[in-house]
Amino acid sequence: MVWRKPGLAVFAIIFGGGAMAEIAGEEKKSGSGFMSRETQAMQADDTSNPGMFSVLDGERLWREPVGPAMKSCASCHGDAEVSMRGAAARHPAFDETSGKAIDLAGRIKLCRRDKQTAEPFPRGSEELLALTTYVGTQSRGMPVAPPVDERLTPSRENGKRLFEARIGQLDLSCASCHDDNWDKRLGGSPITQAHPTGYPIYRLEWQSVGSLQRRMRNCMVGVRAEPYEFGSQEFIDLEAYLNTRASGLAVETPGVRP
Amino acid sequence: MKTLVLAAMLGVTPAAAQNGPVPYAVSGDTIPVSLTGRPGDPANGLRLIMDRHRSLCVLCHMGPFPEPHLQGNLAPDLTGVGSRLSEAQIRLRVVDAKALNPASLMPSYLKTTDNPGTAPAWRGKTILDPAEIEDIVAYLVTLKD
Ligand code: HEC
Ligand code: HEC
Ligand code: HEC
Repeated sequence: MVWRKPGLAVFAIIFGGGAMAEIAGEEKKSGSGFMSRETQAMQADDTSNPGMFSVLDGERLWREPVGPAMKSCASCHGDAEVSMRGAAARHPAFDETSGKAIDLAGRIKLCRRDKQTAEPFPRGSEELLALTTYVGTQSRGMPVAPPVDERLTPSRENGKRLFEARIGQLDLSCASCHDDNWDKRLGGSPITQAHPTGYPIYRLEWQSVGSLQRRMRNCMVGVRAEPYEFGSQEFIDLEAYLNTRASGLAVETPGVRP
Repeated sequence: MKTLVLAAMLGVTPAAAQNGPVPYAVSGDTIPVSLTGRPGDPANGLRLIMDRHRSLCVLCHMGPFPEPHLQGNLAPDLTGVGSRLSEAQIRLRVVDAKALNPASLMPSYLKTTDNPGTAPAWRGKTILDPAEIEDIVAYLVTLKD
């Protein structure tokens, strides 16, 4: 970094400015670790976690026969507690058919469309969120385990590039906050390391369950950037990168956030 | 832009174009001359600083303002900034902190970015206009230790 004025060196000492490296192992911390005790307690107890309503909806949809062949998710996958254990921990995964990375909600959408040949659930719909939360919670407690699959490398690299690019009118990158300042507060909010471990989450501000993409859109709107479309490859690539950063942290779906 | 800066240096009064970049002259780490040619209104400056949606200052900075629990700590505490920095130094920092530290987190308030994907509502616009910046500067100089 070039300092034009020696008198400004003090800034360099206090604010480094340059990007800190990615978050080291022992500093790696789930988003829930930044929350208040009340929010943590709400997440930890299934009887108070409002995300559990979505899990229950998802369980109902899992068993519901639909489409011309009247197949349910359960018709093919059986007991989700067995067949879906670990599914969230290994997504985004490589999708053979499209030759691209696919996120968990995208995979569920495809099964609904192609295997059940039923009316697809749009991104952001309550049904897709419910099924994603239900499938997601089957991995609760398991470590995030990004697949060892070279075919995901381009997606992860693009995600990293997007994460580090300055965007929007405020000219900030995701990394400006989540790599360089995760131990600080933006206004009244702790910044966190942007680990996607609790998604879909119940957000008190939304008064509903919402997706990781909705959360990322909030951050983009915050820096006055035009958010990517729901389901876009950019968001999937960002998630693929975020998952490598979160590797080893426990899945917490459904998370609770203020 | 270069010619505009030059025009300002030659003493041409800068036009306070709303929502577009305006000319100003940088000298060392300062902008010595008011962007509007007039002193700002400190009371409005405080109101603007507190405006989390428009100026965004308190998202990053703490200071001797109401509602401390809603103030961020990404940036230096603005308490006493009027003792540490002159009016002209403060002006450059609010106008374009990146002129001093290109890697700064602080947005440049009187520049437009050419970032692709800037939301349409903000494209080609500066975050604040010159009169608002002068109001903020007028308030910050009053923050003495
Ligand atoms: C100016 C600071 C800032 C920038 C830039 C920023 N974020 Fe955030 N981000 C936050 C804050 C603050 C929160 C927590 C907000 C809350 O819970 O109210 C957050 C939350 C998140 C979360 C949720 C983490 C959790 O544990 O639930 C993710 C994921 C995330 N951001 C990703 C991103 C991505 C991707 C980008 C870039 C496109 C980005 N952020 C840009 C400040 C920022
Ligand atoms: C007709 C059979 C069939 C139905 C019905 C079906 N799936 Fe699938 N599902 C599959 C197959 C086969 C795969 C393996 C990937 C592939 O071939 O596309 C799969 C893969 C998945 C995966 C990825 C699992 C992993 O471990 O990575 C998830 C998640 C999933 N399905 C969820 C669902 C949900 C939710 C529904 C109901 C909305 C559903 N599936 C309905 C056949 C089905
Ligand atoms: C996204 C974060 C952010 C926002 C928003 C922000 N600043 Fe800053 N500001 C910083 C940082 C970081 C510094 C430290 C110097 C640097 O890195 O350029 C700073 C430095 C300053 C300084 C110099 C302080 C000193 O003691 O040397 C002043 C004055 C200042 N900011 C005023 C403001 C005002 C007024 C606003 C709103 C109109 C504002 N800032 C908005 C991050 C921010």
